[in-house]
Amino acid sequence: MTDQHSKTKTNGAGGPAMREVRDSVVVRFAGDSGDGMQLAGTQFTMENALAGSDLATFPDYPAEIRAPAGTTYGVSSFQIHFGAVDVKTAGDELDVLVALNPAALKVNLRDLRIGGTVVADSGSFTARNLAKAEYEGSPLEDDTLAPYQVIQLDIGQLTRNAVEHLGLSSRDALRSRNMWALGLLLWMFDRDKQATVDWLRAKFKGVESAADAAVATLSAGHAFGETVEMPTKIPGYTVSRAELKPGLYRTVSGSDALAWGLVSGLKSSGISRMVFASYPITPASPLLHLLARMKELGVVTFQAEDEIAAACAAIGASYAGSLGVTSSSGPGIALKTEAIGLAVATELPLVIVNSQRGGPSTGLPTKTEQGDLFQAVYGRNSDAPVAVIAPATPADCFHVAREAVRLATRYMTPVFILTDAYLASAAEPWLIPDLTTLDDYPVEMRRDPDGFQPYTRDGSTLARPWAVPGTPGLEHRIGGIERDSATGNISYDPDNHHEMTRLRAQKIAGIAADIPEQSVELGPEEGPLAVVGWGSTYGSLFKAVERSRAKGMDVSHIHLRHLSPFPRNLGDLLGRFERVLVPELNAGQLLAMLRSTYLIPAEGLNRVAGRPFRISDIEATIVRLLETERTA
Amino acid sequence: MSHSVLPQLKPKDFASDQEVRWCPGCGDYAILKAIQKTLSELEVPRENSVFISGIGCSSRFPYYMATYGFHTIHGRAPAVATGTKLANPDLDVWVITGDGDGLSIGGNHLVHALRRNIDLNIILFNNEIYGLTKGQVSPTSKRGTLSPTTPRGSVANPISPATMALGVGARFVARSVDINQAHLVEVLKQAHANAGTSFVEIFQNCIVFNDATFADFTDKAVAKENQLLVEDGKPLLFGAERDRGLRLDPATWTLEVVRPGENGVRSEDVLVHDETNRTVATMLAGLEPPEFPMALGVLYRDPAATFDQQVLAQVEPESEGRGLADLLYGGRTWKVGD
Repeated sequence: MTDQHSKTKTNGAGGPAMREVRDSVVVRFAGDSGDGMQLAGTQFTMENALAGSDLATFPDYPAEIRAPAGTTYGVSSFQIHFGAVDVKTAGDELDVLVALNPAALKVNLRDLRIGGTVVADSGSFTARNLAKAEYEGSPLEDDTLAPYQVIQLDIGQLTRNAVEHLGLSSRDALRSRNMWALGLLLWMFDRDKQATVDWLRAKFKGVESAADAAVATLSAGHAFGETVEMPTKIPGYTVSRAELKPGLYRTVSGSDALAWGLVSGLKSSGISRMVFASYPITPASPLLHLLARMKELGVVTFQAEDEIAAACAAIGASYAGSLGVTSSSGPGIALKTEAIGLAVATELPLVIVNSQRGGPSTGLPTKTEQGDLFQAVYGRNSDAPVAVIAPATPADCFHVAREAVRLATRYMTPVFILTDAYLASAAEPWLIPDLTTLDDYPVEMRRDPDGFQPYTRDGSTLARPWAVPGTPGLEHRIGGIERDSATGNISYDPDNHHEMTRLRAQKIAGIAADIPEQSVELGPEEGPLAVVGWGSTYGSLFKAVERSRAKGMDVSHIHLRHLSPFPRNLGDLLGRFERVLVPELNAGQLLAMLRSTYLIPAEGLNRVAGRPFRISDIEATIVRLLETERTA
Repeated sequence: MSHSVLPQLKPKDFASDQEVRWCPGCGDYAILKAIQKTLSELEVPRENSVFISGIGCSSRFPYYMATYGFHTIHGRAPAVATGTKLANPDLDVWVITGDGDGLSIGGNHLVHALRRNIDLNIILFNNEIYGLTKGQVSPTSKRGTLSPTTPRGSVANPISPATMALGVGARFVARSVDINQAHLVEVLKQAHANAGTSFVEIFQNCIVFNDATFADFTDKAVAKENQLLVEDGKPLLFGAERDRGLRLDPATWTLEVVRPGENGVRSEDVLVHDETNRTVATMLAGLEPPEFPMALGVLYRDPAATFDQQVLAQVEPESEGRGLADLLYGGRTWKVGD
């Protein structure tokens, strides 16, 4: 059976007894957007996590829900980097590429390292599919794949064989190709499949025939690696456990962590209700979906009629004493801009989550970018300062969300969270925090009518009182027209406007005293070169600096969480480095802010390709800068 | 309530200490007075009332009330008010808007507030013109309106606010006139009593930019003849002598003006107002002088579950259930180390 449907060009690395040991491996599952690649990848992630690997994932999918089958623009993929080492990125290059059709091979082959392994479903390399992928001849037959190890199997036929006894239609059977491939990959890396079996049983509860088919296919793929005879030998690898801090772990995506962090922040603030008002937009919608299922935790979600209404409803909720949160991606944030200005003027708490994507305009809806930093910091009419913070990793989203709630309620201000398409869907293992050890930051609403004025300010934070409708004796009016600096009544007085503009700026600037000083992630606190980043580029930057340092280069990594205001020591810290390199997935926005704020000749490394940085690109720049330094 | 030991608030107790800055003679003054009178007569506590407005002459309204007030941004008051109501459904939330604010820039929010039936009182001051920006045509301006942006006369058809509200599923639609003080107060009380979105259109005269635009049914000389004050269960009769009425022409399914006792028309031929009849309400909303009277009062009322009640009903019951820790530990977990 197997000989009929498979052939291989690899010399076979041996069975379980001869598994090759690897520190870490990068695998990418790729197929049509309807082939279930995200599902296969997610389950592969789970099994690796349970086996004790550290890991990072990178789901990548087209903007179209079901792009025409077999086309290059309809390819969906899921990348996972797992290993015994400290894994911080999804990996620069692939060790294994699973390609379920020619288009998936065409799009993804460029990322496979020389000598890497391709697992190709030869049954899908038909003339029609080859034409759709714009291959002139079959890459399985010519020398396209010469630099790689190739395992070509008719996965479609093998899947059909696996479910033959269940009497499924050929079409239904083929839906499980992803499970067959997953089973094979689990065998290759010596991983269990039980968690996936359990998951499939739970998912298809009540539809036992579907569960049976999926489990049978998964098992067949797994067994294939074990039992297949030469010359089809499948290489097997061992990736040992990572040295993770002891404790209870789970995998977490940025969206999960953000949702939980917002709820945790709500608890810490003591506010009874969060009103999360949003409008569907890629890649921000998962946050709305997740929170819609957390109603018993004090969360009211509201799918508004548009982005503007979402921001306004969140503001209206904060006005009435709830925690108002709104979420979107760049184009939607643009629509919310005027409302955010209202929250600045009326000094109400508001958390704004921006899951950044490629732009401008509709741009690249499913691809990652850091293009909205200027929009968050500066993007309103007039002088309208707000706080801006950014998570570095999926798990960090939890803490950043908590920090956003703290700042918004303590300073009565809008706070931006700048996450992105990568963080939203990427996952990593997470040491589940002990919720009882988190610092609370209880909010005090104004209750006492004695001496109440809506715009008198707290001496240390400069925040105005949060005086909520329903409170007797505090009836007052607020609005977008400039307000008297004490009474809040309409004031067109020139000096009052100047003073209020100054106070709004000073209030936000004062947050710098209430956040940690900027630390150095890696390397010394002075030297010839600092690599300074923010947001989701954390892993790539850290690894690039780590590798460079391992090669003897004197370079440090600084990663900013707080982007407005900057940490109070940032200027001093950057001043201690001869050169400052600012890699960003935009055309140089933090770069411009650092240059204008601290008058330092920082240099940019900018890439806007809709994808995370490659570690190697940053490393190469570090080398170039340090060598220029030496020769200069 | 005259025996109440609580001091009853007078209309002036609902007035803030801010100087009212509308033009002398503006219809807004009469509306302000009517709303203050309404709240006083309803005996609501000041702290429980919230007035939320957008931008425009009418939207300055909250500054003049001694309640809570929020002057927001252009067109967005229904959206802000929706958040306020979801945060605290016990508040009495009033939205103050105008024809430009509510039907042009904020049309979308008005439509969705109405179809959701969230418990708000939306009061739309319709003066058929942009006042605060100095006299441009609005979405309710009559065709041919001369304005700085339409120097040769406007060519777009106006929106009928009440017709639109009925079309998008509003459960309470009423109309009144700024200077009909007693009628207006009664309509506002009805709006307040209704749970759900209560939409009230008030014909309001802009003395500076669009004076007398409603004169054909508000002028003292013609008001009685050209206003049809609808009341649930009462025949749709109008005129100083109440000698004219509305009858449904079965051949065309349209309303026609008839005189009972003339030409064989019997008094029972005149339609009786049924405020739960959306079809007739929609016909009434579309009537205009001079051929027809202007229908005023509660054109339509058919209460249904409110959005806020239904949303919050999904939140409350499980509150004692899962905690955040259950979510965090609830997925697939594994232990590292001992």
